Amino acid sequence: MTLPDAAHARALLRSMLLIRRFEERCAELYTQRKIHGFLHLYIGEEAVAAGSIAVLEPRDSVVATYREHGQALARGVPTDTVMAEMYGKQEGCARGRGGSMHVFDAETRFYGGNAIVAGGLPLAVGLALASRMQGEDRVTACFFGDGAVAEGEFHEAMNLAALWELPVLFCCENNLYAMGTALQIAQARTDLAARAAAYGMPAWTVDGMDVVAVEAATRRAVDAIRSGAGPHFLEFRTYRFRPHSMFDPELYRSREEVAEWKKRDPILLLERRMREAGMLDDAGMEALEREVAEEVEASVAFAEAGSWEPVEELTRFVYSERPGDPGEGEG
Amino acid sequence: MKTTYREAVREAIREAMHRDERVFLMGEDVGHYGGCYAVSKGLLDEFGPERIRDTPLAESGFTGAGIGAALGGMRPIVEIMTVNFSFLALDQIVNNAATLLHMSGGAFNVPVVIRMATGGGRQVAAQHSRSLEGWYAHIPGLRIVTPATVEDARGMLWTALEDPDPVLIFEHVMLYNMEGELAEDAGPVPLEGAAVRRAGTDVSLITYGGSLWKVLEAADELASHGISAEVLDLRSLRPLDDEAILATVARTHRAVVVDEGWRTGGISAEITARIMEGAFYELDAPVVRVCGVEVPMPYPAHLERAALPQVADIVAAARGLVEGQGEGADAGPARGSAGGSRGDAP
Amino acid sequence: MSRTYDMPALGAGMESGIVVEWHVEPGQAVKRGDVIGIVDTEKGAIDIEIWDDAEIAEILAPPGTEVPVGEPLLRLKVAGEDVDLDPREDEAPEVEPQEAPASQEAPAPEVAAADVVAPPQAPPSPAPRRRVSPLARRRAEALGVDPERVEGTGPGGAVTAADVEAAAGGDPSPPSPEPTPEPDPAPAPDPSPEPDRQAAMRRAIAAAMTRSKREIPHYYLSHTLSMESTLRRLEEVNRDRPPAERILVAALYIKAVAQGLEAFPELNGFWEDDAFRQADGIHPGLAISLRGGGLVAPALHDAPSRSLEELTSGIRDVVQRARAGRLRGSEVTDPTITVTSLGDRGVDTVFGVIHPPQVAIVGIGTVVERPWAEGGMVGSHRTVTLTLSADHRAGDGHRGSLFLARVAHLLHTGDEL
Repeated sequence: MTLPDAAHARALLRSMLLIRRFEERCAELYTQRKIHGFLHLYIGEEAVAAGSIAVLEPRDSVVATYREHGQALARGVPTDTVMAEMYGKQEGCARGRGGSMHVFDAETRFYGGNAIVAGGLPLAVGLALASRMQGEDRVTACFFGDGAVAEGEFHEAMNLAALWELPVLFCCENNLYAMGTALQIAQARTDLAARAAAYGMPAWTVDGMDVVAVEAATRRAVDAIRSGAGPHFLEFRTYRFRPHSMFDPELYRSREEVAEWKKRDPILLLERRMREAGMLDDAGMEALEREVAEEVEASVAFAEAGSWEPVEELTRFVYSERPGDPGEGEG
Repeated sequence: MKTTYREAVREAIREAMHRDERVFLMGEDVGHYGGCYAVSKGLLDEFGPERIRDTPLAESGFTGAGIGAALGGMRPIVEIMTVNFSFLALDQIVNNAATLLHMSGGAFNVPVVIRMATGGGRQVAAQHSRSLEGWYAHIPGLRIVTPATVEDARGMLWTALEDPDPVLIFEHVMLYNMEGELAEDAGPVPLEGAAVRRAGTDVSLITYGGSLWKVLEAADELASHGISAEVLDLRSLRPLDDEAILATVARTHRAVVVDEGWRTGGISAEITARIMEGAFYELDAPVVRVCGVEVPMPYPAHLERAALPQVADIVAAARGLVEGQGEGADAGPARGSAGGSRGDAP
Repeated sequence: MSRTYDMPALGAGMESGIVVEWHVEPGQAVKRGDVIGIVDTEKGAIDIEIWDDAEIAEILAPPGTEVPVGEPLLRLKVAGEDVDLDPREDEAPEVEPQEAPASQEAPAPEVAAADVVAPPQAPPSPAPRRRVSPLARRRAEALGVDPERVEGTGPGGAVTAADVEAAAGGDPSPPSPEPTPEPDPAPAPDPSPEPDRQAAMRRAIAAAMTRSKREIPHYYLSHTLSMESTLRRLEEVNRDRPPAERILVAALYIKAVAQGLEAFPELNGFWEDDAFRQADGIHPGLAISLRGGGLVAPALHDAPSRSLEELTSGIRDVVQRARAGRLRGSEVTDPTITVTSLGDRGVDTVFGVIHPPQVAIVGIGTVVERPWAEGGMVGSHRTVTLTLSADHRAGDGHRGSLFLARVAHLLHTGDEL
């Protein structure tokens, strides 16, 4: 896979680096009890979000999972509001109502962080159905993990999308483990692309550690979807370097396996190739790191300076607010 | 104008589809088959397969797709054949439709309408006779309506489609053939607000949906015993019209709650609790419930009849409250009213 | 210069961890992201990483130590920092559910099987509580009826509001804003109350009178006066009137008592919670005996300001409605004093029993013709004996006698006529 031009390569590298440094900071903040609840980190899988979402247009839609900080940042949801959301501050992109697992952003058509495995797939089908019925040229990109493939909703969604030839891009992030259950323990057939192919939709397996490959495959798929070829399925083979969530002693995989995958760190891979191609030097990398660090630190400052939503507003947004509403939910 | 409940729903859908091009109907057998209960019969010819959309048997998939389409700017009517099958779509209804607005801090609302048939009485046994609208009424973020009249069946769908949030409409299977009078200019009906279907002074009969007609019949019979019963049709189970419930109790000081659903943890329990909370000092007798007997619905007609609230049960419950006459309150004036009723425990 | 490295929070449920081993030692330099040790949790052993480039200054928690989340494990030397930083400033909002402070459940005392004793016998169950509906209790309180003594006709024999109202002799229907005009002024045929209603009323009276005699220290005063001139004047006034418009002598009594009370407010009110509460208005209750038995004393509201004609028609109205069982609840509960009059077929003196929580009752005996000395002359006069039974807690006999004398004076002069 040939590298794109220097500026674009740098943008991809920056996108991945931002996710990495953002999440490292989140892990730290979690241990300091600034961030609570569940925290699922994407570290190791950055190439998937950075490479695939780079292809999407602003008019497209994204549906993601509870491991969605990467998609949100790659999609351009402001780093500040994502971090504030992690804190639960009302300046967060979902007013702090969702937290780490439920990042939403209307501006970028980011339809959430869904914390039910496979729960987002039918939504993506519906979003695509709506754009089709409205005659709008939108692609809905739907991210989910290998675990989702075992769910009934996955198959229902595959069938509906293929049956109705809807403009959905199914992005399966196969990181080999559904939480702590390895693919081969959970799936009768571990070749996940073949599952989708059974529904008659084009389905390819892609090296999810190579952001350039991810981008190229996504471009091909998205172009085809826009031309009316119906849904496409991409299985990104990837790996999460960190535990499933913060509280996970990783009893289910070996340190050697993790170390082996880290040799294919998507950031290192791209960095190395860019250096080889003369697109990047130490100074350039340092500048990039500094830029990203500043952005992350600014987001932490933004979140720290944020405010807590008053308890009086607890029941807001249970139902839509209508003019003259006191902002109460049904009591 | 005479019309059946089925026609009233069909007219409501047709009218909505003409009025708003974002509206479409989807569900199992809504198109070519004409709808399991023939509600959508003829609509495929009129609107075509894009807008009268047959779906595969995939409740979670197409309900979720309806929610997604609503997020995407459409106004879908999702028909789930019966409440019994809606459990396959619980994840989408409860985890997505009901939560997205709140989880997204108000960014994304879900204007989907989900219709489903509910209730027993057709001898279709345990898996096709459930009345679980009360379950859904438990969920904040949803609106639950139970139209019992042709006017409501027609007018509530209209309002539901204009609502920015998910609305679940429960249509009792025994009502589809019911004929009723519908004004030519019948318009939208609000989703909130119970209706007093008959005024009375001695006892309030509180109910909704398919049970309304049994309750009205019971009220007639009670009148022949010199008991003036007020009949309150809740129409919406979420939100409940507390004001109307408390007002009728304040007028009559006695209440019988009639619900085809089971008593344990049911909507009747909620109504009773609210009366206790809001009208305790108005009560001149304990609240009594006439509910479905706590068994999976049996197939034979005589057992099914025995499992569902009947007019005689309602009359007996109301008479027990008003006339007293030494009926032990512990035993409960009516079936299913108090501890130890049939089917409650092993 | 130095800061601590604290036990990290690794999950929402984690309260503490046990140090398993350290991969570092004092003096060693570490980089952000280095795994510096292992901590054991209820989920298993987890690598812990460091967030700063630093030098390990001191190990504060050796392996085997259990350390709560947020407590220090290591002391670090951090380059470039010249102030001691406490990274643990707590900015948690009030609403945040704080992690429970290591809620150690108290260990259950070990009990050998042989030591187990049978749970103590449940105390003997008290007599079953009387079933009285909430509404009935509320009405009973308003009507001054003891609900425990009312016969219940509701489900399971529960006392209902109607039972209470029957016991009070009132009308079970809610008060209407306007009194319903009676179409027929003739006394309605007395519908003999159902036996159980009658019994319920008897019990209600019994309850009230028992309470009165048990709680109220009555004192009694009596005074006889001539009504001769007043009655003559009344006869004159009534002479040309049709029977329906004739002023009743009872109206004179009510009026006199009411006017008398204006100067003696301590007799017009209620003894409640060990204190006298003066009533807002003067509403004498006129005791009316019912033909089937029992009695009620509905209020004649604002009697001092009403004319004799108005009082007369008010008396006719309440008597008729009392006997028809159609009094309004407020009429039964509003009296501030009771007047009991034996009419023209009784005995000459009546000492009443105070109706609690009122503090006085005025008794008026039958008008009796007797020899009467006045102005040095003895003649035949129609006389009446007034009595006062009053609550000694609320006032004394001296004031009571002045009040009774005042009433007698008003009756004797008959100025109202």
